[in-house]
This record gives sequence, C-alpha cells and structure tokens, in this order.
Amino acid sequence: MAYNPQLNRNGELQHLLTIEGLPRAVLTRILDTAAPFTEVAEREVKKLPLLRGKSVFNLFFENSTRTRTTFEIAAKRLSADVFNLNISTSSTSKGETLLDTVDNLCAMQADMFVVRHASSGAPYLIAQHLAATGRDHIHVVNAGDGRHAHPTQGLLDMYTIRHYKGDFTKLTVAIVGDVLHSRVARSQIHALHTLGVPEVRVIAPKTLLPVEVSKMGVHVFHDMREGLRGVDVIMMLRLQNERMSGALLPSSQEYFKYFGLTQEKLALAKPDAIVMHPGPMNRGVEIDSAVADGGQAVILPQVTFGIAVRMAVMSLLTGQSA
Amino acid sequence: MATTHPTEQLPDVEKLVAELVAQMRPQVTPQSCFIGIHTGGVWLAERLHAELGIEASLGTIDVSFYRDDFGSRGLHKDLHRSNLPFEVEGRNIVVVDDVLYTGRTIRAALNELFDYGRPARVDLAVLVDRGGRELPITANFVATKLSLAPAQNLQLERADDGKLSLRLAEAK
Repeated sequence: MAYNPQLNRNGELQHLLTIEGLPRAVLTRILDTAAPFTEVAEREVKKLPLLRGKSVFNLFFENSTRTRTTFEIAAKRLSADVFNLNISTSSTSKGETLLDTVDNLCAMQADMFVVRHASSGAPYLIAQHLAATGRDHIHVVNAGDGRHAHPTQGLLDMYTIRHYKGDFTKLTVAIVGDVLHSRVARSQIHALHTLGVPEVRVIAPKTLLPVEVSKMGVHVFHDMREGLRGVDVIMMLRLQNERMSGALLPSSQEYFKYFGLTQEKLALAKPDAIVMHPGPMNRGVEIDSAVADGGQAVILPQVTFGIAVRMAVMSLLTGQSA
Repeated sequence: MATTHPTEQLPDVEKLVAELVAQMRPQVTPQSCFIGIHTGGVWLAERLHAELGIEASLGTIDVSFYRDDFGSRGLHKDLHRSNLPFEVEGRNIVVVDDVLYTGRTIRAALNELFDYGRPARVDLAVLVDRGGRELPITANFVATKLSLAPAQNLQLERADDGKLSLRLAEAK
C-alpha cells in the first residue's frame, strides 16, 4: 500500500487530513463509531471519559465560529481539556512561524491539534513535522485548509446520507453551487466515491467549476433543472459572498434565479429527496427559505450529527491498539 | 487460533436461567428496572425481564466508552448504542451480565449508569461467576460458579432460534 501519512502501521487513523486516499473500511469505521455517540446528547450528563486528561488545541488561523464550536463541544463531551487559540491576535502576528507555534504547544503537552488554515496543506505540514520529530502520539485533525479539504464536514454529510438513505450504492447525489472554491465539495466527492455512490452530479455555472472537474468522476450539469431530475440527495454549497465582487457572477439575484434551490426545482428530485447544506446559509442566494425550513431539509440534523462524527474521529485517533 | 470445548461440559443455560429466576423472584418487584450489558448480558436480561414480568422496558448498555483499557486497546469495532428507556433517578436497578470475571465491565457499567442519574439501588445478576476479581465487586444473584484458568474465555452465545448456550474458548 502506498504511504499514507493519515494511517499508522496498523492501518489505523493517525491523523485526519483529507478523505482522499482513505479506504472505505476506515470511513465506514468512523460512521459506525459515530452512531452510538449521538445518544450521549440525550443524557443527563453529556460527557464520556474517553479523552479525560487529554489536551486538544483548536488552532484556527482562519475564523470559523461554527466549526470551532462543534469541535470544542465534541472534545468537551469526551472530557478533554480544550484550548482555543485565536491565532490572528496572537504570536503569529508577532512573527512566529506555524511550526514554532506547534512546537510551543507540544511543550505544553498537547495531544491533538484541530487546525483550520487559509492555506491548503497547512495541516499536512504540521503532521509531517510531528512525524519528523518523533511525536507520533500527537494527532492532527484538518478543520478546513484553503480550497483543499474539510474532511469532518464530508464525513458528517456521509453520516447524514446514511442515516436517511441507508445504502450508498443505489443513490444519485447532486452537489450544487460554488465547487471551485469549496473544500467541502472536494471532501464530499471523494467520500461519495469511496463509499460506492454510483452517480455523483455537480451542478454549477462554468465560472464556479474547477478546470479539473472532468477528472473527478462526476457528471457535470450547467442546467439545474436537468441536474436535479431524479436525485436522492441534494447537497447545496454556500455561495461565498466575496466571489460576487469578482467577474465570476453577475449578481446574487441572477444566481438565485438559475442555481438557487426553490420548491419548484426541488420537485424535480425524487419525492423523498433530502436537502443538505454545510452552513452558514445565504437565504435567497443559493437556497430559498421555504426549502431551507421545509420538510425535506436535514440541515439542522447535519449539525447535530457533526458533533457525534467529530467525537468518533477524536476517539479513534486517541485510542489505538498499541 | 482459539479452540472450542464441547458445550456438553458446560452447564445448561436453560437450567441456569431457571435458577436465576428462582433466586430473583422473591427479591425483585415488577417496578424494578433491568439493564443488560451488551452483548451476552442483553440476551440474558431479555429472558429475565420477560419471566419476571418487569413493567419498564428493558434498558441496554454498551460499556465501550467507559472501559479502562481504551488508552491501550482503543474502541471496540462492534459498538452499540446504550438505551435506557426509563428515568434512572431514584429507581431500583438490576444490572445483568452473562459472565462476571475481573469486575471491570461492571465498574464501567456503573460509571455509565450514574451519568444518567442517581439510582436508589443497584443489584447485579449474572449467569456465571468465574472468580478472578480485580475490583471489589460482587453479584447479588449468581446462577452458578465456575473455576476457569485466566487463558480461558467463557461467553454466552445465541443461536438463530434464540437458544442460549455457553461457549468456552482457549487463547493460544
């Protein structure tokens, strides 16, 4: 098997950096492990002792309150001590390098880094550095790097699909929106392929598709009505407002007209199709409020499942058969 | 490889269940709440729950999240969702497991149970007490005692027709 920095020599998860290259068995193991964690939220004491005494550092070089909070809740429900580092206001702005920051936190007995960075590959760099310095007991979770990957979002999306649809191998899944800038879309496509979804569609204007999209094993549609016909799952992507200022899109009204999900377009999908969105939503841009709040939307369950999936990932990283 | 002993050498589970029911009947009221520990304990608890006419639905616990060997052995592959369909607070609880050995599983089950609330009382019912305790834990109801070597692994099995039997495997 090719060297994969994410797996240790027993084939167990060492770091979670990207879904690309992870075998189906590893993805399935994460989803299976997440299932019993969903029950913890219903208890009087919403805490398990698995990460007691462990220190989890949330290293967010890019702001994301929601993702940071769900990681924080997951780690705290596992009884870890959680430290949130708001890097933009700390040492990095005084000139410290990324790896110096990591070394300093290792000296404070860190056990896990949850990393969000605007540059693709930053979590890899940290994982590589830990391996090179013999600190295999410290784990890295990618919480979103540049345009590259957002593996826990991809995993929680797969958990959600499995929860509502069961078998992956009979599904048609459509991903709609700004694929070009979306690390979420990349993680979703890799996960859907690995788990055996036979048809993955991508629906977007040409200006919001990466040039290499044809190599990703997806069917590309520029007409949303055509692309949604008969699908089981619709995964909406957030249209990042900052894209609107460039030449990529004319206006949010026009985007909504052609690529916004309305009840009328949703009716083209299967009657029991589910609608997903990674949040935060732009109502009236990529999704109509009537759909977002409608009976087919599973957007809030996604958030709840996200905590269980992150608990599963952290537990699998921490507890390994030595 | 594990070697399996013929089941004839082990006590008949039907007789053990009858023995356990006889011991428990005078002590346990229908208002007690039963909790089986996955997996063998759940099968046994289903039987006891039915035969003793317990009113509250049966609870189940998977102690994987509370095991003390998580750091060295990781999570089990076959996890189950714990399900306690009753309020634990103030109730008389009977925890049921198939085999009582080191006591570590029961320690984990008690820790999990108390994360749901404060029971009035907790009893423990097991089919077999095989000795070898590593913690100060004891069962209130025991169908039989067996003396086994540490390398021997005793567990309850359930056939497709629901029939329960004991199986002894020996680690190499």
